[in-house]
This record gives sequence, C-alpha cells and structure tokens, in this order.
Amino acid sequence: MRPAGVNGFVVGNTLFDKLWQAHEVTTLSERQSLLYVDRIFLHERTGSVALNGLLEKQRSVRRREHAFCTMDHIVDTLPGRGDDTLMPSGRDFIVATRHAAHETGIQLFDIVDADQGIVHVISPELGIALPGLSLICPDSHTCTLGGLGALAWGVGSTEAEHALATSTLRVTRPQTMRVSFAGLLGAGVSAKDLILFTIRELSASGGAGYAIEFAGPAIDALPVEARLTLCNMTTELSAFTGLIAPDQKVLDYCVGRRYAPQGQLWDQAAQHWQSLRSDEGAAFHQEHCFDIGSLKPQLSWGTSPQHCVDWDDAIPHVRDAPDASASAAWQRAQDYMGVTPGSQLSDYALDAAFIGSCTNSRLSDLQLAAAYLVRTGHKVAKGVKALCVPGSGQVKRAAEAEGLDDIFRSAGFEWREPGCSMCFFAGGESFGKGVRVASTTNRNFEGRQGLGVRTHIASPLTVVASACAGHLVADTTA
Amino acid sequence: MTPFTQHRGVALPLLRDNIDTDAIIPSREMRTVSRSGLAAGLFAPWRYLDPDARTLNPEFALNQSEYSGASILLAGNNFGCGSSREHAVWALMESGFRAIIAPSFATIFRNNALRNGLLTVALEQHDLDELVDWITVDPAAHMIQLDLEACSIEFDPERDKKVFSVDPAAQDMLLKGLDEIGLTEQSMDLVVRFEEQDQARRPWVYLPSD
Repeated sequence: MRPAGVNGFVVGNTLFDKLWQAHEVTTLSERQSLLYVDRIFLHERTGSVALNGLLEKQRSVRRREHAFCTMDHIVDTLPGRGDDTLMPSGRDFIVATRHAAHETGIQLFDIVDADQGIVHVISPELGIALPGLSLICPDSHTCTLGGLGALAWGVGSTEAEHALATSTLRVTRPQTMRVSFAGLLGAGVSAKDLILFTIRELSASGGAGYAIEFAGPAIDALPVEARLTLCNMTTELSAFTGLIAPDQKVLDYCVGRRYAPQGQLWDQAAQHWQSLRSDEGAAFHQEHCFDIGSLKPQLSWGTSPQHCVDWDDAIPHVRDAPDASASAAWQRAQDYMGVTPGSQLSDYALDAAFIGSCTNSRLSDLQLAAAYLVRTGHKVAKGVKALCVPGSGQVKRAAEAEGLDDIFRSAGFEWREPGCSMCFFAGGESFGKGVRVASTTNRNFEGRQGLGVRTHIASPLTVVASACAGHLVADTTA
Repeated sequence: MTPFTQHRGVALPLLRDNIDTDAIIPSREMRTVSRSGLAAGLFAPWRYLDPDARTLNPEFALNQSEYSGASILLAGNNFGCGSSREHAVWALMESGFRAIIAPSFATIFRNNALRNGLLTVALEQHDLDELVDWITVDPAAHMIQLDLEACSIEFDPERDKKVFSVDPAAQDMLLKGLDEIGLTEQSMDLVVRFEEQDQARRPWVYLPSD
C-alpha cells in the first residue's frame, strides 16, 4: 500500500517506488511481487552453500553473465596467503566455492585475481552495481549499494539459490521512509558518524519493514564512497535497504568501470538514471529530519550499534534506559564491555585498532586515516595492535601508489591483503578475550570479533586517533 | 521444505531484544559448507561457559531440564537481526525448534525461516507476556499449541486463544511445504516476457552472455 499524499491523493512516486516498479515481473499477492534481479553477487561464506544447493538439485544459473562471486570472508589477509587459512576448515569453503563457480560458469574473483576484494567494495568498483539496478547477495550489508541508487538488499542462501535459478525473487514490499539531514557535516565528522547517530536515534529495529531513502544537503555533499558507508549500515536499523538518489557525482564515479555500459548505452543509461529521484510531493510512510550541523564524532559503548554516544559524552546509566528490556540490555552490555556508567570512553585504554570492512575500507577511508598520521606525525601507541586492511586489490594498489602503505607501516600499522579480515571471528584470527578494539566495522555484537572481544565502532579518523592516543578519542587536531 | 500446519510443544523464553544471528550461531560454529551439523553451535556464546570446551552454562534456559525438548522459542523484539546467515534458521531447526514467537523479527531472518518451514509469529508484547507468565509456572507441563490454518495459539485452557496474522502467501507456502524455486519456475514465461520488454527499456542492464 502506498501512503496517502496531499489531500489523500498520491501526487508522485518515491525513488523506491520507481525502482520497485521497474523490476516488477508480476504481483503475487497484495503485498508480494516477483521482482527481476539484475545482478547476483556471492562470496565463499554463504554463496558456496547456495551454489552447492543449486548443483545438488541439478539446477543451473539462469543468466551466468549476471552472477559474480568473490573470496572475502574466509580467505586470510596475511601476506603470502593461499587456500590454507587460519580458520581451521576455511580451505574447504574456498575450494568448494571455486569448484562451484567453475561448474556453474559464473565469474569468480579468486584469491589471486587483481580485482579480488570485499564484495560490497568491488561490486561498485567494477561497475557490477550501478544506479537503478537490482542486486542481491547472501550478505546483510548488500544495502551498501543503495549509495549508488541501486535497489540492493541482503538475502539468505536459499533466496540466493532462487535468484540464481530464476533471475527473480519473491519479495514482500517494504514501506517507505525518508531520513533527511539538515545542515552540513563539520570537520572531522564523517558518513560513519552520521549513520551511527541515525541508528542511535531510530534504534536497531527502527527501520524494520522499511526501505529508507537518505536525503538533504548533507547527503548531496557526501562523496560517493561516503554514501556507500552510510547505506552500508542501514541493515543495522533492520531496514530492507537504504537508498540515495543518484546524481552527477555517481555518474562520474560509474563511468568507464569494467561492467558499466559504454558509448551510446552509457548515454541512454545516464539519462535514465537522472530520473531516479523521488518526485516532488511524493509521500513516504514515515519521515524523519535531523539537524546534523553540530554532530560530533560517534563511538559505540555497548553491544548493539544503537549503543552510541557523542565521543566525549558519558556512558549512560542503566536507570535512564527507556524501558525494562533496554535496561537489562544496557546492563548486560556494560558488563560485557567492562565500562562504567558515568565514565567517558576516553577513560578506557585501547588494546587494538582495526581499519577495514565493507563499511570503511575504501581509498577515501584510508586517505583520511593516513592524512591524520601525516598531519600529526603520531605513531600507534605502545602496546596497541593496529591493522589496516584495504577493501580490494584496486584499493590496495591505489593506496600503495600514493604511498599510504608506507605511512601506515611506519606509524605502526600492519598493512594487509584485501578481505573482510577481523570484522568477525570465524575461528581463525582474533584479538583475544577482553581485548578492547576501536574498529571501523559495523557490528559490536558480543563475540563478533572473537570470544570476549570488546568492540567500539567508529569512523576511520576516530580509530586512527584512538590507536595513536592509546585510548578512545576523536580527532581534535583538524 | 518441511510443511507447517499445527504444532504442540514446550516453549522456551529467551526474552532479550535484538538477539542477533551472531548470537544464534557464531561464525566460528559454521565449520562446513553445509546446512547441517549446526545444532551444537546454537546460542553457543550463552549456552556454554566455555564454548571451546562445551562446558554448559546451567543458568541458560536451554540447558535446564524443565525446558528439555523445547520446540517453540519466545523471544524479544527484532529477533534475528544482523548477519543474513541462514545457518541461524538451520541451527534452530536442527535443534528441534519449529516456531519462534516474538514482537518483531528482522526481515532477512524471517524470510529465511519461511523458506525452511520455521514458523515466525509476530505477537504484541502484552500477549507474549501472557504466554510467558503461563509457561514459566511449569514449562514442561504448560505446552502451547500453534495452529497455522486458524492462526491461533492455544495456551492456558482458562483463557482465550491468541490470534496472530500472517501473510497469505507465506501461510500457503508453509501449510503446503512448497518449494519456492519450483513455484517460480512455473512462471518463467512471465520472466521471459519481462526481459523482452525490459531489454528495450534498459538495454544496458543485459550483459553479453559470453
């Protein structure tokens, strides 16, 4: 059901409505449609299961030219890596994925491929994700690609199998929400802070059942890679997806990419993409507007991305929780994190720092962090284990061409091969029990980065500043 | 897929909000390229005092005898948030769970559950509280009965059944245990027709096939 617009009349379409309509093969019920899936991306963690399921039932990939696969989740990020992994059974996943990709004939960006990397980093980089395209991946952070104006959402392995076999999915239509930001981000405040703030305001379930469009001057001003960071974490609101209307910046970003259209097809596509915006007066089921002109860097203190504060605010008291359930969750979170209400996050010494993941491992993220190191001349504090993991082979090479690897290394960071790395713990590499980590990743769940690991999520700038200070702190030197 | 019509069983309350799929089954417990072999990893971070040694946590309801054989899980708001891993559903089902009742679910988890025959019932908090109050008096004896055709939950015989709503398409799939891919394969003519029209509208979408 569309929301009623002015005087009960629907006066225009939202961006989401337009994308939905463009992919609707047929309606299945009042709320469910069969949607056409333009691109499918898989990785060795969950894609292997989907491909194997397909092969077991002797089904084939219906349009193998529209399906892609990468190795990112399980493959090691240590130099000299191969099929063997620190995760005990990791090799099985890698070998099975390679075998299934070859059997089904889909394009695999294997470990040694120059374009290998984190799925949501390489799909825009290669022009596989484009504005207006529908794209699915058995990975919750697929909503990242909404930053280009793609209709992209995460699914399970069975649904991925469905999309591979039929080029479609049966989808329940979400409602629409617009989150507008008035004002512009200040110096040292990034898209990561913006999305952490939004999750803190709307809650970890605040987007459930919605496709969220982000809009307003702060969004218009965001570079494309920052838009990917913002949309990446809409899944942390439990939203169906996040979206930003494509503009000239997005067109400039996409042009010339390997799988992007060329010549006359590009002109046609570019013209179409410019129509992909919510009509004036289009009605949303829910609207929020935040003034973010004075937004401060955000830091998480607990075990849900909604457990965030301004970096210099006090950790909240359980007695101030909105209800009994939240109060129990806050207590658990504070016990797990080893933090005390009333204290500031800067009171806590840091053991490790991680720059990477599908949220913050793009060239601009690494440039920001490296610029801090150059500007301040600071080094990683004694006793802090610091890692920088570029999101893709392309990011890594571009960073190395600028000498960023030397900057990170000489400041005390490890410089790794591309992949998801320590964003989560799969049984291989971890930080260790009770270790406090400042991390540019997206999830601070209990045990996410390893048993007992205490994850504080933040922007790349906050993570690099904290790594050098030896405790949690935002960059105050900008 | 396993059909779901009716089910009667012991209900286990795990009333935390935002139970994420990393808690339902941590990545480190997903050891094989398979949909099975996951039961021992279910709720591993909470169920074991030491997950590596598999030392049971006696305070966790799943390890308590009155909940033995539990097949219905009662949970908090936004159950199944986080990672899209379908292993969360497979681990629950392999452990004998047939239904989850919670005020709300994360979308990907709910879709995954539906495609495997695991019933998810969204119930208002106050109705859920009534179920919990009744069950916890004597969990082994106070079983609950779910009926998907009638969309009802039978619990305390002295009280009215709870009624829930379900998407008709999802209800049909669950009742008949339909294979969704097989279902869609019957509509492939529509897909082909869509592609023909769409290729004229959005030619740049269609990549060369070799």
